[in-house]
Amino acid sequence: MQNMRRKVLKSGGAITVYALLVAAGWLKPGDAAAQAWNKNAFEAKSLDEAMKAFGGSPPAQSKDIAFVSTPDIAENGAVVPIGIASSIPKTESIAILVEKNPNMLAASFEIPPGTEPAIGTRVKMGQSSNVYALVKADGKYYVASKEIKVTLGGCGG
Amino acid sequence: MPDPMKIRANVVGDSTEVRVLMSHEMETGQRRDAQGKVIPAWFIQNVVVAHNGKPVLNAQWGPAIAKNPFLSFKFKGGAKGDKIEITWVDNRGEKRTDETVIA
Repeated sequence: MQNMRRKVLKSGGAITVYALLVAAGWLKPGDAAAQAWNKNAFEAKSLDEAMKAFGGSPPAQSKDIAFVSTPDIAENGAVVPIGIASSIPKTESIAILVEKNPNMLAASFEIPPGTEPAIGTRVKMGQSSNVYALVKADGKYYVASKEIKVTLGGCGG
Repeated sequence: MPDPMKIRANVVGDSTEVRVLMSHEMETGQRRDAQGKVIPAWFIQNVVVAHNGKPVLNAQWGPAIAKNPFLSFKFKGGAKGDKIEITWVDNRGEKRTDETVIA
């Protein structure tokens, strides 16, 4: 093993090592794509900025997006359960944005056909704030919001 | 090596419900330690859930997801014994894959 490693290093460069790892099946070439992470969207400070990063037009308010098992008052801002269900046909993605967090976007989920457009997770909230559920369906964006009061902040501290 | 995920996948009607609990610090990069130094951000960025090798959910996360993240969702189809494979990658490039079978 030790010898093998020397050889790999000598035969040169990270590219060779990468190629070898791919060949050995330790790394899948698709991994680079799977790691795509929308940095601009996650650094957005406002809904407008986030929309720019997503490359979408301003979202329309929608009553077809529901918050499920989401509290009105969260005692602990470090763990706030959020459930979002969309009944808009052809829902492609669901994003969770917390208005008063340092960066608004908490998560974005791509929903392939066959997966129900409903997700549940837990987020951190720095303070009481509006939470937005941003849904992309058939290329258009829709949004719904809910105010959640936080008794104890979950950021900083 | 990070701790394994706890995955539950159950058939509910004609869908499969998947619930996952991951073990991750999810450090925001906003907190400071006792010396006043910023604790660097450390969080899961990508999560992929596959059913028999076909992706059924693809997520991008920011540091605002709570520590030891929880995720639940449903997809159509899926039968007892099918394989569910979940992979996450964090912002340090560390990754973990766990799998389970639908119960």
